[in-house]
Amino acid sequence: MTKLKRKTILYALILAFSFIAPFAFPDFGTQLATLWLMIIVALTWDMTGGQMGYNSLGNIFFYGTGMYVAALIAIGMTYNIGDYTVASGGGIFEFSDLQYFGGMFIGVLGAGLFCSASAVVIGYLTFGLRGPYFAIGTLGVAIAAGELVSNWDWAGGGQGIALPVYPGDLDIGKIFFYFLFAGLGIGVFIFVKWLYGTRFGAAINAIRDDEEKADAMGVHTLRYKLYTWSMAAFFVGMAGGISGFQLIHFEPVESAYQTINLGIFMVVCVLLGGKGTLWGPVIGAILFHLFKEITWNYLLGWQWVALGALIVVTVVYFQDGVMGYLQQRYPELFGIRVERKSTEEAA
Amino acid sequence: MSEVIIDVDKVSKSFGGVKANTQVSMQVVKGGITGLIGPNGSGKTTLFNSIVGYHPIDEGSIKFEGEEISRFSVQKIARRGLLRTFQQTRIYGKMNCVENMLISLPHRKMSIWDALKSFTIEDYERADHLLEFVGLYEKRLLLSGDLSFGQQKLLEFAMALMNEPTCLLLDEPTAGINPTLINGLIERLKRANTEFGITLFIIEHNMRVIMNMAETIYCLAHGELLAQGTPDEIQSDQRVIDAYLGAH
Repeated sequence: MTKLKRKTILYALILAFSFIAPFAFPDFGTQLATLWLMIIVALTWDMTGGQMGYNSLGNIFFYGTGMYVAALIAIGMTYNIGDYTVASGGGIFEFSDLQYFGGMFIGVLGAGLFCSASAVVIGYLTFGLRGPYFAIGTLGVAIAAGELVSNWDWAGGGQGIALPVYPGDLDIGKIFFYFLFAGLGIGVFIFVKWLYGTRFGAAINAIRDDEEKADAMGVHTLRYKLYTWSMAAFFVGMAGGISGFQLIHFEPVESAYQTINLGIFMVVCVLLGGKGTLWGPVIGAILFHLFKEITWNYLLGWQWVALGALIVVTVVYFQDGVMGYLQQRYPELFGIRVERKSTEEAA
Repeated sequence: MSEVIIDVDKVSKSFGGVKANTQVSMQVVKGGITGLIGPNGSGKTTLFNSIVGYHPIDEGSIKFEGEEISRFSVQKIARRGLLRTFQQTRIYGKMNCVENMLISLPHRKMSIWDALKSFTIEDYERADHLLEFVGLYEKRLLLSGDLSFGQQKLLEFAMALMNEPTCLLLDEPTAGINPTLINGLIERLKRANTEFGITLFIIEHNMRVIMNMAETIYCLAHGELLAQGTPDEIQSDQRVIDAYLGAH
């Protein structure tokens, strides 16, 4: 069987499984949707963290902001937002199907665009920072945003926002949200797969490996960094927007700008699966999600300890993740050629 | 008089109390090969760094193709077509040679829409051609980090050529290269100059190399311009000989 054929079959199988999964395991509908969310945030985190060498701890900012922007747009299209948030979504606010789905569609798209634009602004201010300073700087942005929104009464303040419930059968609603996340996840995967094959992809790899050299070769480093983060933010913002509707009720610090949960999880997923690889974030997200669900169910009370142990083990002993390990072990599979014998100095 | 492409005029640069360059002036002629020599610590690399914008100069002026560039950033200068290679090679070690070459495509000639295209067959052919030119074709699919230091230097040179510069500043191109291959490198540098029309400005410690290539040579010592002239003039200049023997 040719390599191409094998790949096509593999992709077809994964796609088919993604379609069947919510029907085959109806009890795990929300879990599976969350898995896709993990895949989305891990893949987008890897765009800057793995491919460009900028480890952001602030990508959760786009998740939270996307959630808020989508919700506010969806509500604002039908009602006065101030009145709505004061009543905490109480009975008088009915949404027709059109208002619900129309608001969600425009809200989620608007969330993506808004986050994209804010990534350019935040990036412009923070991309001067390198290494750990960039990580801490972006983390600060996310924490500050959570606190600011908590004190913004018009947007629901510390109580957050309650969105309308999915109109119709709730089990179908679960499947609906599953397919929104799955669709976005597949979209992100296709997008990054394409992007990493372009000259743009090569340029951000150059920034990761030696930014000064890239500068010296005339690469528009700042511009490319902003574009990359902005693309990542677009998808994270959309994912956040969808999450808001799926959660129905969300509040700023625990569910929107959840720096210590999803904000860290996405990084762990990528590290576990392998930074800077196409499949690493996907594999990492699946492994991490399994680990998390198992420990949260069977080790309750110790789940954070188990998670901490996983992070320590990954960071200390398994830095390159699953894909990195495979690449080192079987470089030929990845098209990397290694000269077995030490050759004579040719130059 | 031929056209001057880089015009360095009374440039001074100091780091704290150390005067790395004092009132240095020199002209690089377009289409030619110009050499820059001087004992260790004489300020050659500092001058290169000043020209390509790594640090601001304290006083003086640097013009490239008639345009004042002394306040430009590294990227902006590189996009004008003035490129440099490093004394310690800088390549992308985790990628193979071809990938290194493809990354070096001139981004100044690329809009964002061009950047979002995949590499073309022509890009690959050019990369292969230039790798063959420097003699790395056989090794093109190896990780560049696994190459020897000399091979990495050749790769860096090929990458610079890939970028289609107007003028190339080479910081000790033959350092660390096996003596038997230096002749090959000299020939390649000359060919880059004649065939591709790239102006070369070369820092070099190997006198045999520089005397063989350059039409004009400048000699720095203690951050000041000590002498200038043709290879013959420089070789017979007592001040240059003294500087190298430590009498200066």
